[in-house]
Amino acid sequence: MTKIGLEIHCQLTNLESKLFCPCKANYREYEPNTNICPICIGLPGSLPRLNQKAIEKASMIAMALNCSTPEKIAFFRKNYFYPDLPKNFQITQLNIYGDTSIGGLGYTMVGEKKIRITRVQLEEDPGRLIYEGSSSKNQTTLVDYNRAGTPLVEIVTEPDFENPKQVREFLNILSDLLQNLGVSDPSLEGAMRADANVSIEGGNKVEIKNIGSFHDLEKAIHFEITRQESLYSRNIPIVQETRHWDDRRKITISARSKEEELDYRYFLEGDIPWIRIDKDTQERLQKEMPESISSKKDRYVSKYGIPAQVADVLSSDKFYSDLFEQSHNEKNAKEIANIITTDLMGLVDTREKREQSKFTSKHLEELADAIQSGKITRNSAKNALYEIVKTGKDLTQIIAELDLGNVSDESEIEKIINEVISQEPQAVEQAKKNPQTINYLVGKVMQKTKGKADPKLTLDLLKNKIK
Amino acid sequence: MSLRISALEYVQEVQNGNISAEDYVSKTIEQINNVDENLHAFLQINSEAIDNARQIDKKIKSGKNVGACFGMPISIKDNICIKDSKTTCASNMLENFIAPYDATVISKLKQQDAIFVGKTNLDEFAMGLTTEFSAFGPSRNPWNLDYVPGGSSGGSAVSVSAFECLASLGSDTGGSVRNPASFCGVVGFKPTYGLISRFGLISYANSIEQIGPIARTVKDTAFILNMIAGLDPNDNTTIDNSNQDYLLGIDSGIEGKKIGIIKEMIGEGIDSAVMSATKNAISKFQGLGAVCEEVSLDMVKYSVAAYYTITATEAGSNLARYDNLRYGYDFPVEGYEFNSYISKARRKFGPEVTRRMILGGFVPSSGHAGKYFLKALKVKQKLTQEIDQLFKKYDFLIAPTVPVLPFKIGEKIDDPVALFLVDINTVTANLTGKPAISVPFEISNGLPIGIQIFANSNDDKSLLQAARALESTVKLPEVPI
Ligand SMILES: [Zn+2]
Repeated sequence: MTKIGLEIHCQLTNLESKLFCPCKANYREYEPNTNICPICIGLPGSLPRLNQKAIEKASMIAMALNCSTPEKIAFFRKNYFYPDLPKNFQITQLNIYGDTSIGGLGYTMVGEKKIRITRVQLEEDPGRLIYEGSSSKNQTTLVDYNRAGTPLVEIVTEPDFENPKQVREFLNILSDLLQNLGVSDPSLEGAMRADANVSIEGGNKVEIKNIGSFHDLEKAIHFEITRQESLYSRNIPIVQETRHWDDRRKITISARSKEEELDYRYFLEGDIPWIRIDKDTQERLQKEMPESISSKKDRYVSKYGIPAQVADVLSSDKFYSDLFEQSHNEKNAKEIANIITTDLMGLVDTREKREQSKFTSKHLEELADAIQSGKITRNSAKNALYEIVKTGKDLTQIIAELDLGNVSDESEIEKIINEVISQEPQAVEQAKKNPQTINYLVGKVMQKTKGKADPKLTLDLLKNKIK
Repeated sequence: MSLRISALEYVQEVQNGNISAEDYVSKTIEQINNVDENLHAFLQINSEAIDNARQIDKKIKSGKNVGACFGMPISIKDNICIKDSKTTCASNMLENFIAPYDATVISKLKQQDAIFVGKTNLDEFAMGLTTEFSAFGPSRNPWNLDYVPGGSSGGSAVSVSAFECLASLGSDTGGSVRNPASFCGVVGFKPTYGLISRFGLISYANSIEQIGPIARTVKDTAFILNMIAGLDPNDNTTIDNSNQDYLLGIDSGIEGKKIGIIKEMIGEGIDSAVMSATKNAISKFQGLGAVCEEVSLDMVKYSVAAYYTITATEAGSNLARYDNLRYGYDFPVEGYEFNSYISKARRKFGPEVTRRMILGGFVPSSGHAGKYFLKALKVKQKLTQEIDQLFKKYDFLIAPTVPVLPFKIGEKIDDPVALFLVDINTVTANLTGKPAISVPFEISNGLPIGIQIFANSNDDKSLLQAARALESTVKLPEVPI
């Protein structure tokens, strides 16, 4: 049986400051080496100053993953030399000397499959290396420390995945969960990274590092399984090792053995005293935690009768579910869920589009009201939404400007119906024989009214005419 | 006007208008110019000190609020950062490092209108106990220029002893404040771990070290402590001392207090002069109404080994940042890859630092940690349990600060093991986090002997009272400088 385990790193991008200093946690908009201070570049004499908020947010992640949460946690130093590491050690957590990481054993469900979580720990992100020059001979390495010290949560799973598809599903669930907790925006570049370990029946465990995206992760796991199976079938032993994902060639390559010999000389970080997260604090955090995705979904279904599939889509994306929460009431909930999932999601499907769009929750309320009171058709509503997203104008203004108001005047619709009947004698004959085909004629009426005719009224009138 | 006054006397004199800050600071600089060529207490002199003093005099005359120091000249060990000035740690590695910020202790003293006359010499990165391991040459003992002043805060102790300042700040990782204070005949205090912020102190072994004042009297020590102690948001290990006034009630005496004499610190290898001084100190304490008896601290025999294991481990990590990439000395990177570059760059570390870094790479490494580092932590833990047990019964513990007299420069520099044993009586306070103070007590053959008093954590105030009581029984001869 194939066994796959993951090691996921997720930045707490929504925090104001870095893990141990006042620099911004969201470093992305800065010129290289301008989001730094004596602490995060490790100047002599500087000391880490723990960001308590990071402890709370990481605790929430541990709780959301059903992990055990020790009352006392500690930080350790992981010692190794690397140019992206300003102090040449990383402040991280460790469970060798007792469970002192922020989260212990836990689990999360992927459908019916239970994925066990080994631990959750809080640590600092290193800086970023930028390589310049083509060949290794004339290569220059540039270092940008803007990222150094960003709060990073490491989530390690047991090797419970059986195939890449499960891995992908898990990562989607995890990504939604982190977003829903309001601790991170996984869509930001580099905010969520993952390494994997893969072993097949009868073979050793192989770790794959250096994977740039979740898309590549899936490919890397695929490649690794195939590679191992091919070795196994030829009776070649599978070596326990670390392999790097080659982004260009889409294969894994054995890492130099030197790297495996690294001895991190872990020991307790004396500059940060033990941190107590007592029962009271844990209870408070539990209360402060946003409603979980599954609870939201259940509520949408049971309270508003929203179809399970729609509720699923709506609840798992924090952006849309927040929007829904802000705009809905008992009466319009179903309509708003419908507008969001069938129309809005298509209009603002990227981060840029979301940020540029001008609509508010108030727009959604008005739109739902207009549909429910028959002021506009669903079809026109879709056009209006397009305009709202683009301009942010008032709905009434848009209805007037684009002439989207419903035609519900009987005589006017009758006039158009008469036109259609005279133009489509064949269709009329057919509708008489087979009532199902009357929809074709309704469509024609809609076409002539640019979708503004009240569809129910149109149908009733048409039926009367061609009985 | 004499330079030979205490810090508190200085404050009195300036307040009474008998002397001006400018007068005193100018004379201090003059003294430095006269004696420091021989003593080498300073690595750097603040050229603006006299100007600063003049500013403070102006402030005093104009009736504005003046800080408690009134322009008092203070020296600072060169491992504590002062903004916009060089902080070298007496190492070629940081020869040109200019600190972009003030240590917390520095900003606190600035607020109180202290004047920093200069940065003082130390063993490179505070690793040593003679100041001979300074990359810029040793300091000399003012009592006898042929002798070491102790270390690693040797320059600080010398500067206080030789009237080159009124007080100094050193740092104490295993005795680095108390040892040179003892060798130079001044007071040196290592507070409870966490009482003084370490922000801006360049780390050597951060889990056990503290900044500590060195002064000519116990009262001066308490006066300095009042200004620099307490909680600091920039150092998560600091403790809230509720703004205690350490001067208040300092003359309370020690009548009825119980004192334990640590047997393991007056055992084998102790100099007979030191032993007799210790006996004299005991009878003085008894004369003051204290009850003294011998006690045992069994783990002391392993304390030096544990101390070197822990400090080497932390040093290996704390000093790893000196890879010459972000700051350091001029050494171009072209033609090197990362590992070969830093190994070459790090050759600027001196022999003692290199020795401890190599040790620090070994003792906590996988496969060896169980035998060395983890065992050292166990000794630390057991030693702390033992001393906690003693403090349930005793108010104070005493021992000589150093079991031997100051020795000649060069005498022990090639014998690291002999040097290590000089630490035996001081490392316990660091490993257990307890406060300890060295009080100058006797002069033997023209060389000072200090007596060390320990107290329980957070009993710093009563410790200073005990030290003051002992000090009041002592009258030392003048420093021959
Ligand atoms: Zn910073």
